[in-house]
Amino acid sequence: MNWHEVLIQQTINGVTRGAVFALIALGYTMVYGIIGLINFAHGDVFMLGLFISLSYFTLLGIATTLHGWHLVAVLPLVFLLTMLTTGAINVAIDRVAYRPLRHAFRLAPLITAIGVSFMLENLALIWKGPAPIAYPDLFPSVDILREWVGMESLLFITTKDVLVLATTIPLMVALQYFVTRTRWGKAMRATAQDKETALSMGIDVEKTIILTFFIGGALAGAAGLIQGLYYNIGMWWMGYQAGLRAFTAAVLGGIGSMPGAALGGLLIGFLSAWSDQYISARWTNAIVFSILILVLVFRPQGLLGERSPDKA
Amino acid sequence: MCRWRWLGIFWGAALAVVATIPMDATAQQCPKGKLRIYTSWPMQGAMIPEGTGMKNGVDLAVSEAGGAVAGYCLEIINLDDASPQTGKWDGAVEAENANKAVADPLAIIYIGTYNSGAAKVSIPINNRAHMAQITPANTYPGLTKKQGAAPGEPEIYRPMGFVNYFRPVPADDIQGAVGAKWAKRLGAKKVYVLNDQELYGKGIADVFEATAKKIGLAIVANEGIDWKQPDQKPVLTKVRASGADLVYMGGVIETGAQVIIRQMKEVGLVAPRVRFMGPDGLLEEELLKGATCEVAMATEMRVTFAGLPFEKMKGIGAKTYEEYKKRFGKEPTAYALYAAEAGRVAIDGIKRAASAIERAKDITEKREAVRKAISTTKNFDGINGKWSFDANGDVDYDTMSGFKVVKADTPIGCKFQFESILE
Repeated sequence: MNWHEVLIQQTINGVTRGAVFALIALGYTMVYGIIGLINFAHGDVFMLGLFISLSYFTLLGIATTLHGWHLVAVLPLVFLLTMLTTGAINVAIDRVAYRPLRHAFRLAPLITAIGVSFMLENLALIWKGPAPIAYPDLFPSVDILREWVGMESLLFITTKDVLVLATTIPLMVALQYFVTRTRWGKAMRATAQDKETALSMGIDVEKTIILTFFIGGALAGAAGLIQGLYYNIGMWWMGYQAGLRAFTAAVLGGIGSMPGAALGGLLIGFLSAWSDQYISARWTNAIVFSILILVLVFRPQGLLGERSPDKA
Repeated sequence: MCRWRWLGIFWGAALAVVATIPMDATAQQCPKGKLRIYTSWPMQGAMIPEGTGMKNGVDLAVSEAGGAVAGYCLEIINLDDASPQTGKWDGAVEAENANKAVADPLAIIYIGTYNSGAAKVSIPINNRAHMAQITPANTYPGLTKKQGAAPGEPEIYRPMGFVNYFRPVPADDIQGAVGAKWAKRLGAKKVYVLNDQELYGKGIADVFEATAKKIGLAIVANEGIDWKQPDQKPVLTKVRASGADLVYMGGVIETGAQVIIRQMKEVGLVAPRVRFMGPDGLLEEELLKGATCEVAMATEMRVTFAGLPFEKMKGIGAKTYEEYKKRFGKEPTAYALYAAEAGRVAIDGIKRAASAIERAKDITEKREAVRKAISTTKNFDGINGKWSFDANGDVDYDTMSGFKVVKADTPIGCKFQFESILE
């Protein structure tokens, strides 16, 4: 492989990695935007998404690679079920851990968020045990360039890479449409801007918050499922690491901004893949977090965020 | 009422008979009294089979000697170093066990631990009491030597300045060296070494690298990976770009090896172009399940193992293996025979120190005599052949074995099969 092939391959790796971060980051940014809370349990909802989707596949009796109509019928069904479940879990978390503290001191919900995160991790530990969970190879992995195009190339693009983009991009586009073009989206934006005024305008603020948590949880669940299908492995503690990177992505893009979260996710994906290649994998985390610090120092509102004095 | 009385009399008589037997035996075989062997390793949850296996191993060694040596009767006291809360080894419990042993005026030797981390706690306690400690299972190099050790090791475990900890199992660093030699023999030219940046994995990877360089095997890099990241494709892309023909990964199944192997295929790193090798931390069926048999076989996955597989052992090893199966009615667990070896080394030490034990004024002097005797163990006929302890308390043999993943009629579709004896 010469240098430009390496660069292209690492960029492809970065896109797939980043797309998953972006999907998780959207949940962080939405919840922050609407109630000003960094939902530390969000990464763990993503982890649960992986485990829950695996349970749905098991329930449906699927343990081998899907083909033909199975793929078309089963995959969307499991996507839907997983997203509904994790969405509901996220709503339940809000109800139990955040809603009673809606008017409390800002630090209080943050602390309960960390508590919920530990709780979910331990729940997964009890449920699945400490060893890494093998997620069966359910999505066919075909080497597109060689097997479909018949091209002998040094680059590797598989159907799994396509799966990641083919699911994350429509989800992000749909979300953007929902938030900017629908009544509910309008209500969400209004609530994010000023809760009291929104309330006096007849918007059901509580319902809007519930909806936000639901969508955030559903996206995290989708990300978990994609992760399972793509990497075929799950660990009870994986939510923490993924959550941290997604949070960084959200801050990098501008917390509260949805296109920002998507951009931030992709950038973190690229940066970490390039850092693995050109520096060393052991430095990647340091590099990613240095960037977070630089952004916070020089552009605290993030790349696409707007400077607003009332948001820290 | 009447029935109860008869039952009482019967049990009373039975107990009296049982009680007299060992007393008579003691009087006959133990003119010099009793000595106690303490053992300590986890005996809970998932560790019950291995813990019991090691306990059986020590029992086997003591019963071979007829429960006595040089006029002393041997009593085994088995302790559990796991915490009941977590079910895993616990430093505080291990410290308690070691303190219990050194406080016992009949305790002469300490056999344990299973976990290298636990040994870090008990070695200094035993060292202060001049008590020899023999492990059946610890492989972390830093417990005995500088190579592959953290700063200050192994001196920090020897507050009295002498070696009291002995290891009849080869340490990890030897395995790394054997792996490098095997890789060369298999025709590897250029190796990309990865490690999980942990005590065990990095230690082995570093020794692999050092030995490889010595024997003229090119090493592209020895890179620490972030094993918490479920995506290792960027690292593997780098491996591919480097043109390496072997990936050696120092790690265990929980720290990324599974992901590395699985994703090797996704970026086209398969045999005959690239193969995979790792240490015995990967010798688990669980790994094949996660990495999938298809990929493990596609990468011609090989692992080294410290020691010989039981069925390949000769001489004493073969005899111990048969003996164990006959006595306990099942296959020995991974470290059971090493526990038997540890027990034999202990008994041999007591035998050679017998006259010094007799002359000793107190228990500390007795323990010191045994410690000295064990440290001079030479040409010991062990399960992997003849060996001696070096100045660090390590064995000097490096006979190990190599396994390859092959197709098999198992639920997962493949297994690790013994391939060759390595030196």
